[in-house]
Amino acid sequence: MLAKRVVVALDVAGRRVVKGIRFRGLRDAGDPVELARHYEEQGADEVVFLDITASRESRETMVALAKAVAEVLTVPFMVGGGIGDLVTAVNIIRSGADKVFVNTAAVRNPELLRDMARTIGSSNVVCAIDAKRAGGGYEVFVAGGTAPTGLKLEDWARRVEDLGAGEIMLTSIDRDGTGQGFDTGMLTAAREATSLPIIISGGAGTMEHFLDAFRAGADAALGASVFHYSRFSIGDLKEYLWRNGIHVRR
Amino acid sequence: MMGVVDLGLGNMSNVLRAVRGTAVRDVYGVERASALIIPGVGSFSAAMPTLETVREAIIGRVREGIPVLGICLGLQLLYEGSEEGPGRGLSIFRGTVKRFSGVRVPHIGWNQVEPSGESVLLKGIRRGEFFYFVHSYYAPVSEFTRGLTDYGGAFSSVVEKGNVFGVQFHPEKSGQAGARVLRNFGVMA
Repeated sequence: MLAKRVVVALDVAGRRVVKGIRFRGLRDAGDPVELARHYEEQGADEVVFLDITASRESRETMVALAKAVAEVLTVPFMVGGGIGDLVTAVNIIRSGADKVFVNTAAVRNPELLRDMARTIGSSNVVCAIDAKRAGGGYEVFVAGGTAPTGLKLEDWARRVEDLGAGEIMLTSIDRDGTGQGFDTGMLTAAREATSLPIIISGGAGTMEHFLDAFRAGADAALGASVFHYSRFSIGDLKEYLWRNGIHVRR
Repeated sequence: MMGVVDLGLGNMSNVLRAVRGTAVRDVYGVERASALIIPGVGSFSAAMPTLETVREAIIGRVREGIPVLGICLGLQLLYEGSEEGPGRGLSIFRGTVKRFSGVRVPHIGWNQVEPSGESVLLKGIRRGEFFYFVHSYYAPVSEFTRGLTDYGGAFSSVVEKGNVFGVQFHPEKSGQAGARVLRNFGVMA
């Protein structure tokens, strides 16, 4: 049976992880490569590297990072943040990343998703969607959650599938960083619009939040601070999920 | 020398690294290898132009008895054809690779492998171990199935026939268990 995935996200700037991370036993907790490895040992099913600077200069850094991560990681990882063109996406995949994700660029130029799917394969293309509650529904935002698009979440999710993306990484802007739980209503709305696998993101604070997300139908659930601040380990979380009837890899 | 066949379809550095292999791009490379891996990126039809150039060489080496391992698309290329598109596979295994239906496609993520009969590749691996899959097409169950995975029905996740092996999952992305599968193959080289 296909397992539900627990995904960990690392925000990077240059070659450094930016969110404060407190781990004992790590020589350099700011090194994304070492941290990724640490999470792999804990049982992370997948690691996400988000370039929060999203600048032109950082493109090459991300390619170098993908290479360094691929050297040590034996679970899949994806890279994104500010990717705006096909060449960068291809370079990142060539460097050993399993998937790339795009967000703003996909909204501004949807054909990019189609080109990426054709070139590197649908299953390696993830569309990140950031959405916010608005007028009883959900609206898609871009540019790090700052720019409204007027797009309805359901319409964009459907479109993204048609364009050839293989997966959606869905972040609730309202919940992100709050630790108050995933927006399962948003998940349900997206699931009704698309049959793509969905990684839910934004708001994880407790083990129950992960359980709620999987019960609501998430294929994968992503945590960042919740793991970085060591509220609980991924291993503990998976034991908890397993005991509660969620099929996870352990 | 562990040869990893480069079908020109993108990244195979992870496989090369995992088995400390050498990329093989032509008949000469195929002839020199003591074992061959056909890795798994891209589509069935897209693999055809390059596969044609090394097809006879690979089949010759299979007959000689060197170990050959297909990974993901590489497993599918061991069959006669695929619903994914036109092209003739290596036809070491009978039948056509099929597209999943009635379930979400692609099949992405960690799924379990249940052994079916005596398997060389799964030696030392617990029943129901998880491996990482990314694919939309699958090989049906046959007498050569040595590992079964369920995704809207059972399909062949491990096949073995003499010196020819195939895995639908990505061992190079499947942690410790995947590394064991590659070691089990490597010791034959």
